[in-house]
Amino acid sequence: MYLATTGRRDTPAPPRTVGAGRRVPGTVLALGTVSLVTDISSEMVTAVLPLYLVLGLGLSPLQFGFLDGLFNGAAAVVRLLGGYAADRGRGHKRVAGLGYALSALSRIGLLLAGGATAGIAAALATDRVGKGIRTAPRDALITLSSPPETLGRSFGVHRAMDTTGALLGPLAAFALLWATADAYDAVFVVSFCVGLLGVLLLVLYVPGHQPAPPPLIPAPRRRKAFGALRDPAFRRILAAASLLGAATVGDAFVYLLLQRRLDLPISWFPLLPLGAAACYLLLAVPAGRIADRVGRRLPFLYGHLALLGVYATLLAPIGGPALLLLVPVLALLGVFYATTDGVLMALAGPVLPADGRAGGLAVLQTGQALARMLAAAGFGAAWTLWGPDPALWAAVSALLVALAGGWALLPRNPSGTPAPGEPGAQIPERRTA
Amino acid sequence: MSARFPRTATPLGPRARIAVVVAAVLLLAGGSVGYVMHAQQRTKGERTEADTSFTLGGPALYFRDTASGRVAHQPLAGAPGVRTAGARTAGARTTGGPACDRFYASDEGALCLRAEPGVLPRTYAIVLDRQLREKRRITVPGVPTRARVSASGRMLSWTVFATGDSYATTSFSTRTAILDLRTGYLIKSMENIQLTIDGARYHAPDVNYWGVTFARDDNRFYATVSTKGRTYLVEGNMRDWSAKALRQNVECPSLSPDNTRLAFKKKVSDDAAAPWRLYVLDLRTMHETPLAEEHSVDDQAAWLDDDTLAYALPGGSGRGSDVWTVPADGTGTPRVAVQGGSSPVAVAAG
Repeated sequence: MYLATTGRRDTPAPPRTVGAGRRVPGTVLALGTVSLVTDISSEMVTAVLPLYLVLGLGLSPLQFGFLDGLFNGAAAVVRLLGGYAADRGRGHKRVAGLGYALSALSRIGLLLAGGATAGIAAALATDRVGKGIRTAPRDALITLSSPPETLGRSFGVHRAMDTTGALLGPLAAFALLWATADAYDAVFVVSFCVGLLGVLLLVLYVPGHQPAPPPLIPAPRRRKAFGALRDPAFRRILAAASLLGAATVGDAFVYLLLQRRLDLPISWFPLLPLGAAACYLLLAVPAGRIADRVGRRLPFLYGHLALLGVYATLLAPIGGPALLLLVPVLALLGVFYATTDGVLMALAGPVLPADGRAGGLAVLQTGQALARMLAAAGFGAAWTLWGPDPALWAAVSALLVALAGGWALLPRNPSGTPAPGEPGAQIPERRTA
Repeated sequence: MSARFPRTATPLGPRARIAVVVAAVLLLAGGSVGYVMHAQQRTKGERTEADTSFTLGGPALYFRDTASGRVAHQPLAGAPGVRTAGARTAGARTTGGPACDRFYASDEGALCLRAEPGVLPRTYAIVLDRQLREKRRITVPGVPTRARVSASGRMLSWTVFATGDSYATTSFSTRTAILDLRTGYLIKSMENIQLTIDGARYHAPDVNYWGVTFARDDNRFYATVSTKGRTYLVEGNMRDWSAKALRQNVECPSLSPDNTRLAFKKKVSDDAAAPWRLYVLDLRTMHETPLAEEHSVDDQAAWLDDDTLAYALPGGSGRGSDVWTVPADGTGTPRVAVQGGSSPVAVAAG
């Protein structure tokens, strides 16, 4: 219902409610649709991959874990490259499109690989590379096509659509498996077709850049690559995001802890992440709007308080029906994602110069992802050494410290925050140097 | 600087774009539906229940036929004492058993682990009688990995990898269940067994059991436990529900028919591509013997008789797996017994 709002584009509005009645930019809707379709395609495959590899092909979990973990490091590098390439030629659409196309093609790779481990590894690598290079240009496109004062909402809409796709994908995949009596190849073929449709939608409906006008200012040399790092405001955002990321234990552990606490009927287990995702989906747009209104710093910090709430709930000696524990944990986890994921991009986007934005966002995403990987490894080690409760207490302490750090680090008024009521400020031309 | 993003993304007008999208949707949907129907045709008629003529009867080697996903058997050539490993048995395959992802049997009954897809995929542990008719069906969590039936057919155990689905990450933990068919008592997860390591009662949240093998008395059993990154061989006791660790670095034990030796896989390398090797442990002397198989084996080996072990290895082309056999005393050479098969088990009684 929200997307159908038909407000006029540039309604002059009182500063506090700016953006409330506006339409979401067409490019954001187009990118959201592309993400929705692509996520159906990719989550279809992700959902059946463990079954396919372990039961269909007889790989051991160890081999599977090995295959799966192999490319995580590479993905970070590829994301930086994607961001850099997008900025260089202002080819956001081209780079993102290449990413989407690579991921779609990787399904054919899975199909052709049959059972050959090397082929599967190559297909998975292609998918990861595609995912890596498209993320930063896509988020940069969102920031570049939205008025800065409604960026939070734009990201909210995009992430809600993205998550819808992620929810539908596994359903589609398992329905297909059921209909075809375990024909994994049918899942790959359908996923490929859906992925192609995503690429086509991107090509047709997402604006690329026009032949660039001759640059007015000669591009300063070597500024674009990681020039964002020279900007103090961006550095503080990056530091805060990484610090908080390093106190995030990872969803898998949360679900595992929930399951241990509750001794849930096992058929429920796949529904847990679904609950959190549904909550994220519902809250993404409202959270984005609130972030537009009150500034993105506070929602981002409060979002991490929600995560603290997750840990606290898991530690609390709650008896009684399982729902008493289940509902708050999943809801808080949804709140956490809704108030941090897109909001962080909306926070950082305006701080970055337009022609260094994809690269800057890539640096930020990579920093956060690496910090989270470290945190998950650390939590896993703490769990093994001390057991779950002490490990959770450690996570709580770490998160409190990180929150204090984030509070101090995050710029109170990142200079990119626009003066409200300036509809013409489509692209903030803030310069770093 | 002027806005960089023009209103139109392509030279095509709005109508043309819609036409292209509609055409593409029709084409891609048509292709998808076509392929799915083709896949349905291909898998059509694949029944999951055993043909009525397909029962447990030996001497025969039962296994899961990779091509059909159903249990098949072939003659176990060789009288007692003759090395089955040397026997030529390929080619005489009889198919038509139940569809199973893991299968094990004794002369008295069988256990079939089957993952069935659906909007919420489910895995079942299905208890089968000698005619391979279903006696009991239990929903289990996760991806099947190990199945065992005691010689008398009374005790059953299975292990699955408990996973989240796509939303969670891809780390696995195991869950092992034990079912006593005589009392009907089901232990859904044996994680709460009283475990002793190095003489002390051991508590840890991260204990994971897998690969149970039962002794002839239907009370003693062996299994793997992993905790804090180490794996141990445990000897368990059903009556007082206790287990004690016997030694380290043992996984997926399998007790010989005469109950004197254990075959197991031992981690011999940190190379994730080839970490394990098959060993046989003499329970009286506690002496370990490496078997002639030099490939990394990730399977719970099955004793075909007191001298021969069978196990699955990934197929040569990387597709599916083959069943191999090797002498249990460390001599000889491994041989392929079944191409395109897994879950081997010998059934003796006719």
